[in-house]
Amino acid sequence: MSSAQVINVTLPALSADWSAEKDFKAVGKLSATTQRNLEPVGPYFLAHARRKRHHRTFSEDERIQAQQNVKKTEDDEDDDISEDEDPMMLQRDAKDWKSQDHYAVLGLSKYRWRATPEQIKRAHRKKVLRHHPDKKAALGDRDENDSFFKCIQKATEMLLDPVKRRQFDSVDEAADVEPPTKKEVQKGKFFKLWAPVFEAESRFSKIQPVPQLGDDNSTFEEVDAFYNFWYNFDSWRSFEYLDEDVPDDNENRDQKRHVEKKNANARRKRKTEDTARLRHLVDDCAAQDERIKKFRKAARADKDKKRLEKEAEAKRLAEEKEKARLEEEQRKKDAEETAKADREKAKKAKEAAKNAAKKNKRVLKGSVKDVNYFADGGEPTAAQVDSVLTDVDFVISKIDNEELAALAERLTGAGKDAAAVKNVYTEEFKRLVGAGKAKDGEAKFFS
Amino acid sequence: MMSDETSGAAERFAIGISFGNSSSSIARLNPEGKAEVIANEEGDRQIPTVLSYIGGEQYHGSQAKSQLIRNSKNTVAYFRDYIGKNFKSIDATPCHNSAHPIQTDSTVAFSIRDTDSETPNTVTVSEITTRHLRRLKQSATDYLGKEVNAAVITVPTDFNDAQREALTAAAKDAGLEVLQLIHEPVAAALAYHARPEAVVTDKLVVVADLGGTRSDAAVIACRGGMYTVLATAHDYELGGSTLDKIIIDHFAKEFIKKHKTDPRENERGLAKLKLEGEATRKALSLGTNATLSIESLANGIDYGSTINRTRFELLSSKVFVQFTGLIEQVIKKAELDVLDIDEVIFSGGTSHTPKIALLARSIFPETTKILAPSTDTAAINPSELSARGAAIQASLIQEFETEDIEQSIHPMVTATPHLSNAIGVEFTSGETVEFKPLLSTETALPARRVAQYSVPKEGGDVFIRVCEGVREIKVTKPEPKPKEVKAKDEDDEEDSDLDSDEDEEEDIREILWKTEKPIAELAVKGVKAKGKIELMVHINADLGLQITAREVGGQSAVRGAVESP
Repeated sequence: MSSAQVINVTLPALSADWSAEKDFKAVGKLSATTQRNLEPVGPYFLAHARRKRHHRTFSEDERIQAQQNVKKTEDDEDDDISEDEDPMMLQRDAKDWKSQDHYAVLGLSKYRWRATPEQIKRAHRKKVLRHHPDKKAALGDRDENDSFFKCIQKATEMLLDPVKRRQFDSVDEAADVEPPTKKEVQKGKFFKLWAPVFEAESRFSKIQPVPQLGDDNSTFEEVDAFYNFWYNFDSWRSFEYLDEDVPDDNENRDQKRHVEKKNANARRKRKTEDTARLRHLVDDCAAQDERIKKFRKAARADKDKKRLEKEAEAKRLAEEKEKARLEEEQRKKDAEETAKADREKAKKAKEAAKNAAKKNKRVLKGSVKDVNYFADGGEPTAAQVDSVLTDVDFVISKIDNEELAALAERLTGAGKDAAAVKNVYTEEFKRLVGAGKAKDGEAKFFS
Repeated sequence: MMSDETSGAAERFAIGISFGNSSSSIARLNPEGKAEVIANEEGDRQIPTVLSYIGGEQYHGSQAKSQLIRNSKNTVAYFRDYIGKNFKSIDATPCHNSAHPIQTDSTVAFSIRDTDSETPNTVTVSEITTRHLRRLKQSATDYLGKEVNAAVITVPTDFNDAQREALTAAAKDAGLEVLQLIHEPVAAALAYHARPEAVVTDKLVVVADLGGTRSDAAVIACRGGMYTVLATAHDYELGGSTLDKIIIDHFAKEFIKKHKTDPRENERGLAKLKLEGEATRKALSLGTNATLSIESLANGIDYGSTINRTRFELLSSKVFVQFTGLIEQVIKKAELDVLDIDEVIFSGGTSHTPKIALLARSIFPETTKILAPSTDTAAINPSELSARGAAIQASLIQEFETEDIEQSIHPMVTATPHLSNAIGVEFTSGETVEFKPLLSTETALPARRVAQYSVPKEGGDVFIRVCEGVREIKVTKPEPKPKEVKAKDEDDEEDSDLDSDEDEEEDIREILWKTEKPIAELAVKGVKAKGKIELMVHINADLGLQITAREVGGQSAVRGAVESP
């Protein structure tokens, strides 16, 4: 916008009678404007919006935008590939690509496995710009050696292919972080020393994200999850990269098979070693981990506390049980005693009743004897005595103790009056017949 | 390996969507920075805005459109203008041949069998829009191989806030974040002006958006790359379907003559005629002859016939005049003259019709660019303009924070004072006084312009007078003689001879600039011979001016300010 439009007209010459201070004279004002809505579309509007929102003038905005643009290109430049190139590396032979550090060749050694494909592409472009054989020729370099360019191409080929990159990453020792020794850890930098180790090892995990070491404040669950994960580490690390070259001539098949077999064995062996190495590493770390001790201690304290509580509880329960048992015994004893007393009392009552019955029977028998067995003067005949007594016995056998007592009382009331006595007996017998306990005619005398 | 696409989910991937009543388009900016319209699975770049349902299955685009014949009751079409409106305010005529709009609560809905069951469901227009946008999104995602989650959507200039909100909500339901809704004519202008070869100049543009069922026209002031809509005109009954009807009637009459039955009386026959008539009309825009053939049009009779373009143009001449009438109407509404218009952009599917653009050509002066396929070979496909514009806007703002976008399109930012008079420099040489505008009328403030002027050959002191100017239209009666001269002047343009026959009787009209009032005077002294003067005028929103003049390559500058009134 700041570019000037060229208008093809000639300005008039200054007339002699015009003059003004600083050669400028304001002679009028602008007419009033119309308020309208701009369409919020297009790059120029966005520039306008930016100016208006940030209260910038045209020139300020241009300056700020220009600065931002400059910054961007600078960022682009020092971004990944500002590493110095090792002169030894530049002399490398491309044939020896297996021992080449692909990341260093592309200037990505500080990123290594963290480098994104985008970064690799950019790094490649930059390196090619610098090392392309045509470029060297243009600079007048007579040296026909383009081996480093080949190294760059090889490195890019390896790193942009995800499979090949994993193979290389698997054996990329420069990315490994050596675990600290016990002595180093004793100085009290456990987390600082171990965290990078696990971070580096994380790259091999099939499961991402990988739980990291954490710090002193990690919870038991976090630490537990961390060690569980690392003890069950699922690694994609493989060792094809270190394979011996398989001869690809068809001449010697046996030799080829032999090498292949050897390679397979070597891979397996290395893989096993690697698994063991990692396990050992985690063991070491766990052994030095103060948090585990802390948690164990806490767990033990917790357990002790629980045990004491449990014991106290058991003791309390036992005491309660004993108390209950004693109470129960006491209650039984009391009950037995009461029962015994009751029994004796009942026995006494029974005997008393028996005695009373005996006495009443005697009254009954006595009553008929007193009235001379209802004999009208003189001695009663043996048969009469017998029949009267049989009847009395019959009555006695039919009535219970209480009726007997009542009968005895009535007989005592009747005294020695024979008619009254007989009357009492007759009434009694009638009552018995009424109650259905006896039948007419069963008593011969009292009917 | 570590995750290659960090925070890929949160990343915004935006496209431009042109959502029309009859058809929609999706576009994106390709890696070369050119806007391109994406074809859907069926290869359509203009995807009919139609959804159809059979047995619970959803059809979209041209597949759905062909369902208008057999399954019209479960086919929803022409629903764009219903979104966000209440039932009373809509015009249901375009839906005569598809599912009819019904009233639900306060909004518009359609009763269609969109599931397996026999009972029809009531589906609101918002839901239909969501489904339509979801399909568009899916097509774009399939084509680009990356989840599309945001869009800039074009809307007509008469879309109200409720409609905008409803559309935004419907898009959100379809999984699209609406970055911005932009006006269709402005999108069309942006599609032209954002071409890499385009130069930013101040111009007045008429955008004629001739659609399938309606036509819109807008006058847009383009000032320093910023757009201001000066006037709009709408005709809700004029569009491609009006032309289709002419073709339908033509063929129907022919059919009646032969077979004594009117195929238009049969609903299915009418639908077939409509579909095929539209195809025939489109074919006529490309070729001079087009055929129409329909199996079993009425009473089982197969029908086939041809029509040539001349016949079609003859039949449609009245309708064509309506289209140009709309353009003239909008210019009048903006209180402008055809001479003021620098560019006419034809947009929308119906703009392919050659005669409309040719008619417009005859209305406007030679200097006006008519951007339509039949008048300009460099013209962009009119059907793709708004989608392309939307895609360009989407690429500009997709990196912005949502809050940034909201703030940028807020009325606080968009409402700006616009110059009511042009500001320029007055040149006096002897008796003649000339005014050359530097800032045109309707320039949004604040604004800044820089221009270079020649100085007299011998150099020395020069005088600059910054003025406000007004434009007048000078009408002169043509004299027989100057015509000859004029013809000679333009003898390199051979075909202008033909046109001049018509022009003969007409008045010659031209624009004259006149100084309205002087604003500031300044002098630059001691300019070298053959030197140039650079003048910069900066106008603040409060109408204050800063003027700087200096010799190109020189050190010292003359500066001054004019205070705001």
